[in-house]
Amino acid sequence: METSLFSQHSATRWEIAPHGKMRVPAVIYADQPLIEAMDHKVYEQVTNVAMLPGIVKAAYAMPDAHWGYGFPIGGVAAFDPDEGGVISAGGVGFDISCGVRTLHTGLTPQQIEAHKTAVADALFLNIPAGVGSRGGIHLKEKEMDAMLRGGAQWAVERGYGTEEDLARTEEQGCMAGAETAEVSAKAKKRQQDEMGTLGSGNHYLEVQHVVEIYDEGIANIYGIRQDDVVISIHCGSRGLGHQIGTEFLKNMAIAASKHGIVLPDRELACAPINSPIGQSYLGAMRAGINCALANRQIITHLTRHALASVIPEAHLSLLYDVSHNTCKVETHEIDGKPRKLFVHRKGATRAFGPGHPAVPDTLRVAGQPVLIGGSMGTASYILAGTKESEAHSFSSACHGAGRAMSRRQAKRRWRGHTLMEELGGRGILIRSRSLRGVAEEAPDAYKDVSAVVDAADKAGLARKVAKLAPMVCVKG
Amino acid sequence: MPHAHWEHFEHKADIGVKGSGNTLPEAFEQTAVAMVAVITDPLGVAEQESVEVDCQAPDLELLLVDWLNALIYEMAVRRMVFGRFEVKLDGTQLHGVAWGEHVNREKHDPAVEIKGATYTELKVAQDTQGIWQAQCVVDV
Repeated sequence: METSLFSQHSATRWEIAPHGKMRVPAVIYADQPLIEAMDHKVYEQVTNVAMLPGIVKAAYAMPDAHWGYGFPIGGVAAFDPDEGGVISAGGVGFDISCGVRTLHTGLTPQQIEAHKTAVADALFLNIPAGVGSRGGIHLKEKEMDAMLRGGAQWAVERGYGTEEDLARTEEQGCMAGAETAEVSAKAKKRQQDEMGTLGSGNHYLEVQHVVEIYDEGIANIYGIRQDDVVISIHCGSRGLGHQIGTEFLKNMAIAASKHGIVLPDRELACAPINSPIGQSYLGAMRAGINCALANRQIITHLTRHALASVIPEAHLSLLYDVSHNTCKVETHEIDGKPRKLFVHRKGATRAFGPGHPAVPDTLRVAGQPVLIGGSMGTASYILAGTKESEAHSFSSACHGAGRAMSRRQAKRRWRGHTLMEELGGRGILIRSRSLRGVAEEAPDAYKDVSAVVDAADKAGLARKVAKLAPMVCVKG
Repeated sequence: MPHAHWEHFEHKADIGVKGSGNTLPEAFEQTAVAMVAVITDPLGVAEQESVEVDCQAPDLELLLVDWLNALIYEMAVRRMVFGRFEVKLDGTQLHGVAWGEHVNREKHDPAVEIKGATYTELKVAQDTQGIWQAQCVVDV
């Protein structure tokens, strides 16, 4: 984009002053090369979000922002229910509560190297991934509802993990306020065989090792040392979340005019928080969050078994689990006054600073871990929430690299087989059921995750703690 | 002159699907073929089973999204891929039939699952030559 479209407030803060129907300014966090490379649609979409009723302070876009659905991917916006504020299905996205969890393994890279092929094969065999894959759990109606109410807590009660896992999961693994009656029979049916599956697209499970530490103090509190091996899991709420998103997008688009909401783009479909449809979505979306938390918990369990079958001394403990497609009720200080707001993060990660009560007590002094997944074969990062990000972006940071090229272009440019060989030559084992899927997820089809993370760090959205390099990647 | 045709168009994160035809039902059928082509080669799908869907929406654009989402749902819960479609329209009421088979990883090499059809770049219209076009972006 032309930088002349913005007023530049610092090296990483670009503002669009309210004009036309905008109620608040729009703010993009990025360095100059990132904003120059950013799709013009981000400008359009973040401007549209700034027009929605009840929006507070500003509409934000993170450094990895790209063209999304109504909201840009990498979008953050908070709404006040007492000022006619809205909730938007598009502002959460189809993959409700998609997120990342990172596990310590207690292993060294040498221990993985000695059994690398066996590790890759065991993970690939045990964790269902790709199109049409089913999990080993079939949920009947009663259990489905229990899962939707209990999230990862339900999974742990059924033997898929430990209490320690829950202590390191957002919301302690269970999102309050889930309403199973608001989740359609279709959404439940779509999910009944999908628990404990990775899905496809950009979802993955990766064995990684720590190649650089930027902040020793925080890394110590997080329990991360140079050369540690960790495992990161990126996935969401599967068919259930997709179906909830699909259904509410339509219902909200149809109901918008009834609520007197003029949508600049139909994809921005939303409803007042204080309306029957707004409340209905909230209950369903929270059930979707629980589905994603339970799903990542079950995958954790499967990963423990798979790894133990190859390296019995592996001990997987959870560093943290954080989502990047949500709407959450949070208290934020606006002009010196605390206000209860509905914060949408679509492709943006919550990043609470040190001392925030929602951060697990063992990590609280360091701030919340912010887990950033890279593209296949590139780096991932662990960041920490900062005090300043509260004022910058309602305590939010980026979520990943963000695509730089469409799937269509990627498919034309690369061959899955060649890519796997190239990555293999660099010591990265890829396991995938689809060669075409591998080509579409080619590392170079994404932005440089390091540039995105540097911009987030520089803007004060989150602080860089450690860099992770991949060793084994199971692609969804 | 036959104008039934499908294509893909660019979207940064995902992919756009577009169908054209002499009639509106034909354009809807072709958009569905374009959507299947995101997952696998539609010509490689055998017609072993048929599934019927019914949709209703306030306008043609929302109806297109409903139609595609109904197919996404049926493919997901039946673990199927479809290769051919037949659409009948009565105003904004749609009755559709999809022919296909169970997903076979070796045969179909399915690239991605589709999460949903979206309202992004959503258009249903007749061009100046009278050809119907129906398109939107699908989230994968």
